[in-house]
Amino acid sequence: MGRLGLFLVILIGPVPALAAGSAGPDQARPVADSFEAVDSPNDAGGVIELSWAMSPGSKLVDSMLVTRSKAGGPENVLSVVSPVSTSYRDTTVANGVRYSYALVPMLDGRRLAEVGPVAASASAQWIHSGRSGMLIITVILAAFILYFIRHGRKGGELYIRQIAGLSAVDDAVGRATEMGRPVLYIPGIMDMDNIQTIASTVILGRVAARTAEYGTPLMVPVSKSVVLSVAQEVVKEAYLEAGRPDAFQKDSISYLTDDQFGYAAGVDGIIVREKPAAIFLLGAFYAESLILAETGRSVGAIQIAGTAMPSQLPFFIAACDYTLIGEELFAASAYLSREPKLLGSLKGQDVAKLFFMVVIVLGVIASTVGQAWDPASEIAAFIRNLTHVE
Amino acid sequence: MADFWKRLGEIDRRIIFVLIALAVLVPLALKLAFPIPVGKGPSKDFFDSVDSLPPESVVLMSFDYDPSTKPELHPMAIAIVQHLMSTDVNLVAMALWPQGASLAQEILVEISDSLGREQYHDWVNLGYKTGGLVLIARLGSSMKAAFPTDLSETPYGQIPMLDGIQRLCDFDMIITLSAGDPGIPHWVMVASDQLGVPVGGGCTAVSAPQFYPYLQRRVGERPQMEGLLGGLRGAADYEALLRRKYAQAPPGTAIAGMAAQSVAHLVIMVFIVLGNLSYLALRKRKEGQR
Amino acid sequence: MRLYVPLGITFIAGIIMILEFFVPHDPFPTLGGHVKDWYTIVASSAIFLGILNLLRVHLKKINLRSRNWQYSPVTIIGFLGMFGTGVAFGFTEGPFFFMFNEFVVPMGATMFSLLAFFVASAAFRAFRASNWRASLLLASAFLVMLGRVPIGDLIWRLIPGAAESAHPNLVTEIGEWIMRVPNMGGQRAILIGAAMGVVATSLRMIFGIERSYLGGTD
Repeated sequence: MGRLGLFLVILIGPVPALAAGSAGPDQARPVADSFEAVDSPNDAGGVIELSWAMSPGSKLVDSMLVTRSKAGGPENVLSVVSPVSTSYRDTTVANGVRYSYALVPMLDGRRLAEVGPVAASASAQWIHSGRSGMLIITVILAAFILYFIRHGRKGGELYIRQIAGLSAVDDAVGRATEMGRPVLYIPGIMDMDNIQTIASTVILGRVAARTAEYGTPLMVPVSKSVVLSVAQEVVKEAYLEAGRPDAFQKDSISYLTDDQFGYAAGVDGIIVREKPAAIFLLGAFYAESLILAETGRSVGAIQIAGTAMPSQLPFFIAACDYTLIGEELFAASAYLSREPKLLGSLKGQDVAKLFFMVVIVLGVIASTVGQAWDPASEIAAFIRNLTHVE
Repeated sequence: MADFWKRLGEIDRRIIFVLIALAVLVPLALKLAFPIPVGKGPSKDFFDSVDSLPPESVVLMSFDYDPSTKPELHPMAIAIVQHLMSTDVNLVAMALWPQGASLAQEILVEISDSLGREQYHDWVNLGYKTGGLVLIARLGSSMKAAFPTDLSETPYGQIPMLDGIQRLCDFDMIITLSAGDPGIPHWVMVASDQLGVPVGGGCTAVSAPQFYPYLQRRVGERPQMEGLLGGLRGAADYEALLRRKYAQAPPGTAIAGMAAQSVAHLVIMVFIVLGNLSYLALRKRKEGQR
Repeated sequence: MRLYVPLGITFIAGIIMILEFFVPHDPFPTLGGHVKDWYTIVASSAIFLGILNLLRVHLKKINLRSRNWQYSPVTIIGFLGMFGTGVAFGFTEGPFFFMFNEFVVPMGATMFSLLAFFVASAAFRAFRASNWRASLLLASAFLVMLGRVPIGDLIWRLIPGAAESAHPNLVTEIGEWIMRVPNMGGQRAILIGAAMGVVATSLRMIFGIERSYLGGTD
């Protein structure tokens, strides 16, 4: 209800006008009821929304004109709307100017008595009222993360649990080195705007550092051009830092195709021909996940997978040796680097998660108890409003 | 005997492949057909929300898939377009996947010809645009900015049915047929959650479970998704509901595919049972030895 | 400079997108619109990088007669064939359209269909009733598999009285319940956890704490 105060309801005018009835009792009723004009909420202004309801039993008209006029100005016909329309958006208004609107029913080319006028002016809002709860949540989350980053920088104690899949990275690369076979890194099939791909390129840097150190060939087939440039840059930097710039081969990071199954076919071909000893499947995957993982398994590779795609996780768990589930993928950067500020952000994320878990549990309890006790249902409604996004 | 159980647990996967192939091919060749019982569920919810659209409604249908998932998603698309064109609903098609636009055109031309619907008055195909989530957010403020022309290069402003359609809010419903990313989650995030436009759609069977959270309904509140067609079964449900409502609706390919899928599921279950028999027998033997 | 310019761009673009979400007042919607348009342009033009890399890698392979170089001409001919016919005869008709429909479509569908075979072999290998939790998972899988196809209810109706009972589609209903309740709970848990990870990673990047995606570790 509070957000209603944010936008301007100028007028809910009385509707005295009647359809000009020269004949028949049905025409002696207004064509439309409750005609109103309001500023469109939560926008940059420039829009006024008109709405009305057709009067039951009124004379059917051919069409209706929506007219607009400024104070003291001429009347303009904005649009001809169908007789069954009940709303119109005027997107041609200037902010702060007061406009009068009227609805003119048309019958056999004649203008019947107009409905209205009603007046409104458009304005821009500074905060989207339907998203204020989300703003609070984002601020809380950011505050927790930034606080723990500071804490981490100051040298505070930060514990991170063992993640088997990430601990196995070194072993997998070591095994490939011993067997004299390459390491294959698959960063998913999505572009760099997908956060899972970004998380994957971060891990790619760590894996590349190991392959550079051990002198093991690394192959990175990618499915998106932007990922290609990023992966090339990340691997190159890792080889430079490891002091092995000579071992870096730009062509080992190659673009195959944007097509999902074309890419899956290409990678399957690489797996079958090159027989990598270690395969990393980290990033965003769809239906190709099992095709890749099963082919990798068939050549006896040790496979470390990770994705935040819930529907692909069962496939990876069935076919791979280690699987990073959901957020473990995003924790990889902090886990592998052990940088205090990254570990701090992870801790902040965990504390924020705990906070939201408490909110969820409170919401469930309040909603359940609220079935019998009204104050609890009000708490439930408050939590629901807080977490609701428009 | 122990060897038998061991061998049973390690059946060559090529044998499994051959039997799965037969399980799919034989029912298709024999044209086996099973009745499709459609009760309450996401398929029925989706059908009902499309069916309850008032005349003159405008629906945006996004073809977010490519040929590889055509066997699952195309039957849905055909049934939905048939449904929309059989009623007096105007259809705006677009695609977030490059090859989706031509797949859409194929269906739209064929069905509009058969039902006597007219391009630019009853339907239009805006084509493909890259950008995914970013594009959807852009459509939220201006359709014309993102699609200055349709697939055939006709300017947006010259298409009569698009008069009055300026942004996503102007649509009565958005339907997405989604094979992955970009797809359902992005439409839900922007169009449904932020703009309040009803969103429904279909996806491959493998990704259906992840969209169930969007389907939860609370009394008095709109769900994030009106309904969902999951894989070939979802398509078969829609075809069955469509034929129940419009007896003249042509038979679809999804219902035919359900027999093959049924037998394939049974074969997989038989293999799982065999694998477990082997596992349990070997475990018992190990425990006995201990 | 090489580090700070990209970090600055990330920070400004990220902040604009956050503000655009919460502040409907100008200039944020306009700026947000521009950022989205720029992304669309950059993403579209980046395809040329991929094409150049594809051609370079395969031409080099042919030139050096590297291992398996015989596959490279197939890739190059396939790419140039599709591209050339598309440019010469149009992309919505003619030879390009024919090759797209008759080659690309069936090949894509074939790859997707492989999933059925791999699902069967992975299920056979991985589904073992090794403890009570695995057994529960196995039972749920059976019910969902039967519930997703009509044969499940047909089998149920073989039981005398089942067809006339209040639940003639019991198997479908149980399958649907498993999907709607336990599955949805699990999906939500993973989804919320992953979303928290996404937000935290985004904040780390916007504030320049996470830099390794720019190359190098710090």
